[in-house]
Amino acid sequence: MSQANRRLWRFPGGVHTPQHKQESTRLPVKPARLPQRLVLPLHQHIGEPAEAIVKPGDTVLKGQMIARPQGFVSAPIHAPTSGTVVAIAEHPVPHPSGLSAACIVLDSDGEERWIDRQPVGNYAELAASELRNLIREAGIVGLGGAGFPSYIKYNPGHNKFIQTLLLNGVECEPYITCDDMLMRERSEEILAGLQIIRHALQARECLIAIEDNKPEAYAAMCRITADYDDIEVVQVPTLYPQGSEKQLIKVLTGKEVPSDGLALNIGVVGTNVGTAAAVSRAIHRGEPLISRYMTITGGAVGTPRNLEVLLGTPMDELINQCDGDIGAIERLIMGGPMMGFALKRHDLPVIKTTNCVLAVSAADLPPPQPVMPCIRCGACADACPVKLLPQQLYWYSKHKDLDKVQEYNLFDCIECGCCAYVCPSKIPLVQYYRYAKGDIWTREREREKADIARRRHEFHQQRLEREKAEREARRQKKKAALRTDTSAARKKKQAAVQAAVERAQTRRESAMKAANARRGQQSPEQATGDKPQEENHETDDSSHT
Amino acid sequence: MTLPPPTSPHLQAPISVTRVMLRVLVALIPGLIAYVWFFGWGIVINLVIAVSTALVTETVMLSIRRRPLLPFLSDGSAVVTACLLAFAIPPLAPWWITVSGISFAIVIAKHLYGGLGYNPFNPAMVGYVMLLVSFPREMTSWVPIIAFSHFPLDFAASANFIFTGHLPPGITIDTLTEATPLDALRTNIGLGNTVSEIRAQLGLDEATSQLLSVTPVFGALGGKGWEWVSGGFLLGGLWLIYRKVINWHIPTAMLAALTIMALIFYLINPERYASPLFHLFTGATMLGAFFIATDPVTAATSPQGRLVYGAGIGILIYVIRAWGGYPDSIAFAVLLMNMAVPLIDHHFKPRVFGHIRE
Repeated sequence: MSQANRRLWRFPGGVHTPQHKQESTRLPVKPARLPQRLVLPLHQHIGEPAEAIVKPGDTVLKGQMIARPQGFVSAPIHAPTSGTVVAIAEHPVPHPSGLSAACIVLDSDGEERWIDRQPVGNYAELAASELRNLIREAGIVGLGGAGFPSYIKYNPGHNKFIQTLLLNGVECEPYITCDDMLMRERSEEILAGLQIIRHALQARECLIAIEDNKPEAYAAMCRITADYDDIEVVQVPTLYPQGSEKQLIKVLTGKEVPSDGLALNIGVVGTNVGTAAAVSRAIHRGEPLISRYMTITGGAVGTPRNLEVLLGTPMDELINQCDGDIGAIERLIMGGPMMGFALKRHDLPVIKTTNCVLAVSAADLPPPQPVMPCIRCGACADACPVKLLPQQLYWYSKHKDLDKVQEYNLFDCIECGCCAYVCPSKIPLVQYYRYAKGDIWTREREREKADIARRRHEFHQQRLEREKAEREARRQKKKAALRTDTSAARKKKQAAVQAAVERAQTRRESAMKAANARRGQQSPEQATGDKPQEENHETDDSSHT
Repeated sequence: MTLPPPTSPHLQAPISVTRVMLRVLVALIPGLIAYVWFFGWGIVINLVIAVSTALVTETVMLSIRRRPLLPFLSDGSAVVTACLLAFAIPPLAPWWITVSGISFAIVIAKHLYGGLGYNPFNPAMVGYVMLLVSFPREMTSWVPIIAFSHFPLDFAASANFIFTGHLPPGITIDTLTEATPLDALRTNIGLGNTVSEIRAQLGLDEATSQLLSVTPVFGALGGKGWEWVSGGFLLGGLWLIYRKVINWHIPTAMLAALTIMALIFYLINPERYASPLFHLFTGATMLGAFFIATDPVTAATSPQGRLVYGAGIGILIYVIRAWGGYPDSIAFAVLLMNMAVPLIDHHFKPRVFGHIRE
């Protein structure tokens, strides 16, 4: 049902960008050609990567789980078609880092043999937790671009009352039209998914938000929901980044999601229209998430359009199917031009979060212009949808003042790119913020490491000190013992000397006596006459010491 | 050659510093036309001298500082500084006034602080204040509006006077110049006259003034002629707001503060204090509100901060005009508030989305 008189609010800032949505909405969506080889990264979502449960050589059926979730925040991966697993190995994946990651490589047999699908007859009979479990088993994650496992999102937890289930069909990024086309062509599926999610959440009302640059999609959703009093389709004025959940909630409800909280905290759960359609397929048809609508567009694409693509399909095949010229691609972007990231190769696989492949030609890009100094014009602050002060953030990021940059709420930045878009000085602001965030994370990690190291060091230090103290005690003891030893020895020596002196004296005396006695005899006593002299010497020496 | 990896956003709005500055220049045109109409060709000659001087000094400073010439010369900031200062200098000021003022502005107030984007003080106003305190006679000798000038100078004579100081035979400097409305008001109030007396003496209509051979100084709103020039700047300024080159905050706060101050004292004693309209449409109020106080580099940046900054300027303008030692006060007010900008920026930060204000 549509209501023209719903009150709408405004989120701060935002920019009007060129739309470029017409190009890819002219043709109906068709399935992409079945690729010969599919590459399925084990990590296509937020959270822990999945764990492969097949081995090379295994034959798999379409829809068969080939990797299971590891941990709570994770999602399984299913075979998009039937065929043979040829490898489980590192392969380049679509990620801003351009690095490789573990992937399951699957060669299709061209037969598209399904597993035994088990649709749920009447979902309303199932408990919410059972529905969530099915959604988890189907590998469904947020298809709007974030890739957060949906079953967690559809769990309001204890005592959480959900007022609004918000279906996000805003699609505010330029060029991207996959949600638009999905709403035009699969509105029933979206509605069915919406009802399932609503049942799981027990939400009071449902809102479907669509920007006013998608009149066909809006009309389609209005038609399909015409008989539902509690589902409202809301047309919102086009303004980037309205598709961002917190901004959209502000527009529809006037409420701000707390900076450190979730939409859930204010009784709202948001989900993308594509995700709702995937939920419907999982429950009503028993089909896991193995394909998605995606946009192939950009100046280097001859026939921009949307295709229904199996996950794991190489992007260059899709570009070729849309009459693209790989050689003319100046920059290949996954996602939109505002938040998407540039890819380093053309043959990367489509993953669950690939909503668009934008093959930009040289003519699409703004001519490179020199970066000028900031003139403090404040256009960035006026454009910021979070009301940050991008200029100050830039300043402190540039000078690596990581404390200050956090004080200016760097981590509230959603990297939407509005500030850099409007900057007359062409300063790559978002890049500075990413670096600063990276630096802060590194610092945190290092701090943690340092903390552990410090504790270890302190312990070590304590042990050393204890040992030192023990050693010292032992030394003191020994020293004391030694001191008593030496004094005893000295006494002994002195006694000996004394004894010697006395002996010598007595000897001398006796010798003198003898000499006196012998004075008359004149006997040969010269030999013994030397001895008293020697002993005299000794006495002298000992008196010196 | 390795390029940094291109990161989002991959789109950029078609806007640049050069375009911002060009729009500011375009917005000055209505004011310029009114200016030429009422005060003759002097301003045009001043503008030419000012812009050439600015470009030369900018080039020299950029070369000394080893900065690339092309992007910085074409950013237009030096030209804007030059034009704003030229508007503040009397139309028939000798050439060296303009040259020294601009050089001071570009070299000292701009480049010694680090060039574009780094100067804490408005360069044009620093140049103006330097001229005003150094050469008060040249800086306060304004020409009367052409319609009432006994000896209006044509373009050639204006240029001749500006460059050589020679006047056509029969004209002396005293017959050529006259106090500005603000100056006239100040002096006469200082002499103990009331505003209505002064207005009666100097605010005559054309016929009576010709009969009495007295030059009218006051018009319907502000100073005669000045009110039209101010109107031109107001028009250009509104266009700048419309084109989002400037925000509404600073001009609105500044004009509102000036109006409120003037109104309070006007209501207390209308014989001693001029009306708010007079203050709005005389002197450089409108030029200041839309073109000078809004210089982004030296102004506060947050919306609330801009309101405080603008209001501060408005109050200071009134204080200096009413009780200060100088007839007009835009430059002093702006420079004083420039000093306060770091403090304002620190204290007036917007509430971040999703945060609760402490």
